[in-house]
Amino acid sequence: MSNDVAGIVFVGSLVLALAVVYRPLGDHMYRVYAGTRHARVERVLYRLIGVRPDAEQGWAAYARSVLAFSAVGILFLYLFQRVQQWLLLSLGFDAVKPDQAWNTAVSFVTNTNWQSYSGESTMGHLVQMAGLAVQNFVSAAVGMCVAIALVRGFARRKSAQLGNFWVDLVRGTLRILLPIAFVGAVLLIAGGVVQNFGGGDVVRGLGGGQQVIPGGPVASQEVIKVLGTNGGGFYNANSAHPFENGTAWTNWLQIFLILLIPFSLCRTFGRMVGQNRQGYAIAAVMGVIALVSVGLTAVFQALHHGTVPVAVGAATEGVEARFGVVDSAVFAAATTLTSTGAVDSFHDSYTSLGGMMTMINMMLGEVAPGGTGSGLYGMLVLAVLTVFVAGLMVGRTPEYLGKKIGAREVKLAAACFLVTPLLVLTGTAAAMATESGRAGMLNDGAHGFSEVLYAFTSASNNNGSAFAGLTVNTVWYDTALGLCMALGRFLPIVFVLALAGSLARQGHAPASEGTLPTHRPQFVGMVVGVTVVLVALTFLPALALGPLAEGIHS
Amino acid sequence: MLPTWIRHHLAALRALLLFTVLLGVVYPLAVFAVGRVPGLAAKADGSVVTVEGRVVGSSSLGQSFTDADGKPLRQYFQSRPSNAGDGYDPTASSAGNLGPESVVDSTEAPSLLTQVCARSKAVGELEGVSGARPFCTPGGVGAVLAVFGDRAKDGTVPRPTRVVSVNEQEGVAKAPFAATYRGVRVELARVGEDYAKGLVVPIKGDAPARPAVPADAVTASGSGLDPHISPEYAALQIKRVAQARRVAPAQVAALVRNNRTGRALGFMGEPAVNVLTLNIALDRRFPVNGAD
Repeated sequence: MSNDVAGIVFVGSLVLALAVVYRPLGDHMYRVYAGTRHARVERVLYRLIGVRPDAEQGWAAYARSVLAFSAVGILFLYLFQRVQQWLLLSLGFDAVKPDQAWNTAVSFVTNTNWQSYSGESTMGHLVQMAGLAVQNFVSAAVGMCVAIALVRGFARRKSAQLGNFWVDLVRGTLRILLPIAFVGAVLLIAGGVVQNFGGGDVVRGLGGGQQVIPGGPVASQEVIKVLGTNGGGFYNANSAHPFENGTAWTNWLQIFLILLIPFSLCRTFGRMVGQNRQGYAIAAVMGVIALVSVGLTAVFQALHHGTVPVAVGAATEGVEARFGVVDSAVFAAATTLTSTGAVDSFHDSYTSLGGMMTMINMMLGEVAPGGTGSGLYGMLVLAVLTVFVAGLMVGRTPEYLGKKIGAREVKLAAACFLVTPLLVLTGTAAAMATESGRAGMLNDGAHGFSEVLYAFTSASNNNGSAFAGLTVNTVWYDTALGLCMALGRFLPIVFVLALAGSLARQGHAPASEGTLPTHRPQFVGMVVGVTVVLVALTFLPALALGPLAEGIHS
Repeated sequence: MLPTWIRHHLAALRALLLFTVLLGVVYPLAVFAVGRVPGLAAKADGSVVTVEGRVVGSSSLGQSFTDADGKPLRQYFQSRPSNAGDGYDPTASSAGNLGPESVVDSTEAPSLLTQVCARSKAVGELEGVSGARPFCTPGGVGAVLAVFGDRAKDGTVPRPTRVVSVNEQEGVAKAPFAATYRGVRVELARVGEDYAKGLVVPIKGDAPARPAVPADAVTASGSGLDPHISPEYAALQIKRVAQARRVAPAQVAALVRNNRTGRALGFMGEPAVNVLTLNIALDRRFPVNGAD
């Protein structure tokens, strides 16, 4: 089988697998969030937390709970890193320095997992498993909570309530993430991912040199890293590290787990609004964008345009032999189309246009299919903007799922959309305008600019992958990117919840002849168009200075 | 009664602590416990491999097979280039991160192009084949010119006034890889001079698009710990290893086949050869007497 055919089968098998689990997992998640019965262990948890599970919250209270939980998470994780030298399993590492601890705490609580540190030389086992990995679970669960709250906004009529954050958080974690993670972790171990508490034995290799065999509770963290679209590697090399991703099939499994929940949540959405076809329409928008992006990334990498790739004869720099160029490109597309940011190959050394695709994926707002939860709410915001644009064209009041999209709804959706471009472009401009910002670049010229643009795109969209040549372990970048991550996560969440509250208050507008059907290919095409056009208008100038300037030549 | 905002944060703190115990302690320990069952335990512990009872490494982690000076040991198959520390250091897993147009060497570090060219030349010499590649000089650096002069509308310099081979330095290279460029004599680069104003022009040359030295032999992996090489790179090394061990190449080739993995399920990943397990098998079957 040639590399090209194998690559096509690789993508095809992922599509097939995701299609097979779409209904069962989506239905399961529907039952999780719509169910009224509490499991006994959950009742115990609610009592210990001190909340009444049957009391629902309005959008403001829901948002306050999200923010309180996240604020406590950041503070806790910061302190955890600052005292790690006194804790068990610290491996002798010092306390993480303040700016890096702040950056890392924000990074993991916001589901970004941007890493300005190198795992194997900075973080002890306890901080990794009881600090970082815990946020990998709960930050993903928070994303799902917000998405579900928005869907309830569409589904409910004349209601002030959006559900109970604590119930959604506990259920999403215990009934969705934890069971899949446990099974996935065991599979990963079977594929060579380590799970131990060793501190790194020194051995003498065959050639006579010494080598440290690192250890760590990796499998349990690795699985939620991908399932929760987090992306923070246990080791510096992330999913390229053989102890994180040892075989070609674990690579497939990781990509599958990255895409699993974001795609299946469309089914949950369809069930909750009582029309499965609306879920299929949103899944179709995500699928179309994702397939085009995966295809382009793989083709650009396989064609290996550029001086060094032509000299080499293939785009193999930064790519593992067991994965190969095409499968690595699929991983790169999947990780940036979602808010994951795990890498199994190094994007900085990609061809100019292949690397640009990973940036465009993030600039799309990570909605195809996006992060766990954040992908769905991002895409629904775009759908709201689309019906608004369509309404302008025909001069009717726009409606989506029986809800009138009035001035307040459009303002909230637009504000939500505008947050990340604002952060990305001003952040990049600030970096290029300051000595400390420019000092971080490894490459020079257009590629150096791409490194900075990538960093702010990644942080503001809560992705976490990098053009890793950029030196980001500095006070300047730790602080600036930390701010981008926090604002890029929580501002949209507040806008989305406000939108949800405003939708829930409305009654149901019955469909009339003038109502735009939102389940047909026409609407799918329009959402794809709006998504791509908004991004093209916003980011094309910046891309022209970076990857396009570098990549377009004879 | 506490104010609402404090109660919110207390609930959040209690929730976080509960999750920390459940997801941060109980869950990883449970996965650890399952990882103790036979069949999984060896993998959970790092897939270590032993020779005569002594652990020599992990079949998942690549190693350097070089002497104290970093020279390749001729009796062993060689791994890919590595950017993990000084090479295959698992305490510093890392990629190189230089971009596709990294072609001009700086005073601190060679460009990615020069790294590729130098590796290609070295591997070619070791294996007795041509190390020539597109965009590489015969001396094993990037064939890149800085061209000075007025720029045309399309950005090119049709009538150069001065041309410098930026990666070849006076005192190191005897003569530039090309004598002239568009009728102008090519100069060697001088230390301390800044050529940033010139137009960077990589020269492709006439090396074959598919060089004798395979791609993975001249590029570093993402982790710097890649345990594999491509079957092509393994095939290239058979003759030299067989010579060093005084056996027929066919016998070494058979061991290479034994240590080769195909695509998982026929379509995932690419075929690859595990270098450490191959070298261990070589030592077992065809031991080298004394140091070479």
